[in-house]
Amino acid sequence: MKQNSRTETHVYSVTEITRRIRGTLEREFPEVWVQGEISNFKQHTSGHIYFTVKDEGAQLSAVIWRSRTDALLFTPQNGMKIIAQGRITVYEVRGIYQLDVHELHPIGIGELQLAFEQLKEKLLKEGLFDPAHKKPLPEFPERIGIVTSPTGAAIRDIINIISRRFPAVELILTPVRVQGYGAAAEIVQAIGDLNAYAEVDVIIVGRGGGSLEDLWAFNEEVVARAIYESAIPIISAVGHEVDFSISDFVADLRAPTPSAAAELVVRNRLELLDIIRNFCYTMTQHLQNFIESGRQRIQHLVESYSFNQPRDLVRQYSQRVDEVHRRLGELLTHRFELLRRKVEGLQKRIESVNPDQVVRRGYVIVYRDGELISSVKRLRLNDVVKMKFRDGVAKSRVESG
Amino acid sequence: MSPSKKDKKNSFESSLKRLEEIVETLERGDIPLEDALTMYEEGIQLSKVCVEKLTQAELKLKKFLRQVDGKFKLQNEKTPE
Repeated sequence: MKQNSRTETHVYSVTEITRRIRGTLEREFPEVWVQGEISNFKQHTSGHIYFTVKDEGAQLSAVIWRSRTDALLFTPQNGMKIIAQGRITVYEVRGIYQLDVHELHPIGIGELQLAFEQLKEKLLKEGLFDPAHKKPLPEFPERIGIVTSPTGAAIRDIINIISRRFPAVELILTPVRVQGYGAAAEIVQAIGDLNAYAEVDVIIVGRGGGSLEDLWAFNEEVVARAIYESAIPIISAVGHEVDFSISDFVADLRAPTPSAAAELVVRNRLELLDIIRNFCYTMTQHLQNFIESGRQRIQHLVESYSFNQPRDLVRQYSQRVDEVHRRLGELLTHRFELLRRKVEGLQKRIESVNPDQVVRRGYVIVYRDGELISSVKRLRLNDVVKMKFRDGVAKSRVESG
Repeated sequence: MSPSKKDKKNSFESSLKRLEEIVETLERGDIPLEDALTMYEEGIQLSKVCVEKLTQAELKLKKFLRQVDGKFKLQNEKTPE
């Protein structure tokens, strides 16, 4: 009997038994969902992620291969409660079984919410949200850095709105992924790059709306710190229905959506055109007042002297006054009239947009040495000037002036 | 904002600020008529510069690229639509 049982006993090699175990496990657990807490989280330089899922009674080794890390919606952290979906495999070389993770989900929103609250509390205490640290935004930025996805709705919305409001700017798009594992690192890099480049006046960092998981990159500590350390003012523009993200608290300005950020970053050109139009009107009014009060002073002089002074003195004075009056009249009728027409022309151009409209309507523009001559006072006898007509340019010489 | 930007002449901001100053000075009216005329002319010129800037039609879109050597490059992009 003893002999018998001995011959029937099969002796496995280690490889053989491991293969059998592997076969059994892989057949038995091709797809499982495992719930537990992350510990020993480690990302290898190869890009693969290793960690342990544990509960009170046991622990399970887990791996996320690099090819799958892109699909992660958040950065896993030690202590986080998660549900992992994957299959059980055996790593024969070390004789261990492990969970090959395909998807990782935080348990409910609660887990992310908790991480959010903890980080918010921590950064608040550190002073990252301090209003005194917030930088003022430039009133008229010329170059605007945009850190967002090149294919998302955010960049399209921003382009549309700025094109409408104030197109005389340059948008510098720094393309990044805005969700998934690795997005936070790309956002940090982009903010750093734009600071090193130093040629943008303000940066918009954001993306369109999504779930808390989708928006998670904007709740990561590294992103918050990059925003805090930026020397260039930053507008956080993460599309939420109701909530804030950490980046909103730390940014110099929070916009509820990318569209709103575009509205905040540039002024509306129609308003500005109105302001300039008003400036022109006010200037013209004041200049008229100047001339009018001059005229009244002369009038006053004429009247008072003619009553109180001997005749020849009166004549002398009135001759001088006439002279001044005549010169003022010239100013009024010629120079001022020219300027007034220019204002009118400008106002028409504000409406018509096209700068050549004036010439096309039959006005002539006079240049000397490439410089626009807007006043006869600036012309000398024999000056050669170019006159721009609607159908060409004529050279001419000034014969009087 | 980098220092080179700040002292850039003829930027929209500096033109608009100067224009505002001129309007205020003319409003106070404490300068000789001749100066007022000169300022008025400058003001009209500035308003022209500003209006030109505001009526510019096309937005410029550039893509920021980090090259292998760590230097940066801007690449012109077409604006969608």
